[in-house]
Amino acid sequence: MFSLRFLEDFGRFLLWVPQIFKKPENWTMYYKETIRQTYDIGIGSLFIVFIISIFIGAVTAIQFSYQMAGTLIPNFYIGYIVRDMSIIASAPTITSIVLAGKVGANIASEIGGMRQKEHIDAMEIMGVNTSAYLVLPKIIGAVIAIPMLVTLAALLGSLGGYIASVPTGLFQQSDYITGLQSFFVPWNVVMMYVKAFAFALIISFVSCYQGYFVKGGSIELGEASTRAVVVSDILILIADYLLAVLLTV
Amino acid sequence: MIRADNIFKSFGEHNVLKGIDFTFEAGKTNLIIGKSGAGKTVLLKILVGLMEPTDGHVWYDNVDLCTLGKKEIREIRMQVGMLFQGNALFDSMTIEENIRFPMDMFKTMTLKEKRQRVDFCLERVSLEGINKKYPSEISGGMQKRVGIARAFVLNPKYLFCDEPNSGLDPKTAITIDELISSITDEYNMTTIINTHDMNSVMEIGENICLLSDGLLVWQGNMDMVMETDNKELESFIFASPFLQKLRKRALSK
Repeated sequence: MFSLRFLEDFGRFLLWVPQIFKKPENWTMYYKETIRQTYDIGIGSLFIVFIISIFIGAVTAIQFSYQMAGTLIPNFYIGYIVRDMSIIASAPTITSIVLAGKVGANIASEIGGMRQKEHIDAMEIMGVNTSAYLVLPKIIGAVIAIPMLVTLAALLGSLGGYIASVPTGLFQQSDYITGLQSFFVPWNVVMMYVKAFAFALIISFVSCYQGYFVKGGSIELGEASTRAVVVSDILILIADYLLAVLLTV
Repeated sequence: MIRADNIFKSFGEHNVLKGIDFTFEAGKTNLIIGKSGAGKTVLLKILVGLMEPTDGHVWYDNVDLCTLGKKEIREIRMQVGMLFQGNALFDSMTIEENIRFPMDMFKTMTLKEKRQRVDFCLERVSLEGINKKYPSEISGGMQKRVGIARAFVLNPKYLFCDEPNSGLDPKTAITIDELISSITDEYNMTTIINTHDMNSVMEIGENICLLSDGLLVWQGNMDMVMETDNKELESFIFASPFLQKLRKRALSK
């Protein structure tokens, strides 16, 4: 039953995707909608990204400090660990998982609500390619905004580690700064952006699909939003693993 | 003119439409009537191209909608206006933006020209000065009229109305009927209305088809309704004791 449902969804998704990339009816309208979506996704998620990144950085610093207490590993390693943890793992992956919940559910319920209120039918009757007009700006918006949010999350993670450890006297400022500046591998930043880009595509495609094809009433709309989050999260974790394998060979 | 040519529609084992043949004439208000579950909405959705028939054809003048690709269907749809049962006005847009939306999308007009057209459409439906309001700030009847204004903003050849009077008080319902009828005359549109409002049938039903259990069981116009001996139509139109009495009185005169 599950595999049949998966195959049905996958087949429908493959047939639907080419519709999204058809030539827009009016470039200006698409441009305006893309700006609106980029703003909504980016600015609308700033607060949650700020909070999560600061705390993850802080907890990472405190936990590693605890783990390394009494060992011969120098204190400046904490800054190095927090920085690379943020860049490689927490900024792209955890931020994207959180955004799947925030942005993904929002997109699925917005498009699903439009389907239920016949807004999509109304646009179709006008001659609008709704697959393109409602979905493409969201995908572009996500692909622009999410890597920016991930960049911010990486910086804030390091800042969170600093706030949790230096003012509290866990270790010296100079140790933390030395750690942040040590063993820097630029390729890690490339990995971060590749992941952010891939996860942005996953979140936007999955959420738009779930919303666009919703049927029924408010219960089904809630289920579609939940499915958007769950499927996005699972795919993000699988993609994270595959990218980690591919990019670290 | 739009013609339903032997339309069948099934959902699994359930046959909703069983071979509908009917011509919806240009310049007339064409009504699809019938009890709930008769297949009216399915027929309307097939006619407008939102649903594909299991078998049969839909002709827009000499073009068969069922053989067209998505791109060609979109071109036909630019000649179509539709008023939805729930209005389908975009909540996040003002009334002006709602009416302007089809022009913004498809017309290369200046903003001033678009605004003039919006003002004209709003004036035509007697709603001047509500341009900056949001759909949630106006009444249900006003929303219907905005829906009509949006439906004819691009001067469509075909106008579809799904239950235009549902949820409205009788007086507002009459206003909406008169508005649709006068716009149809004015622009010589092919108007198709899906309704079970008896007042609409008797006032603006220039070409009526009655569906029952997926079959076309009667066709005619408002003048033929009062004297019909079709049992299906009688039981549908004169369902209430009040209307039965009225009919008896009218026939006895």
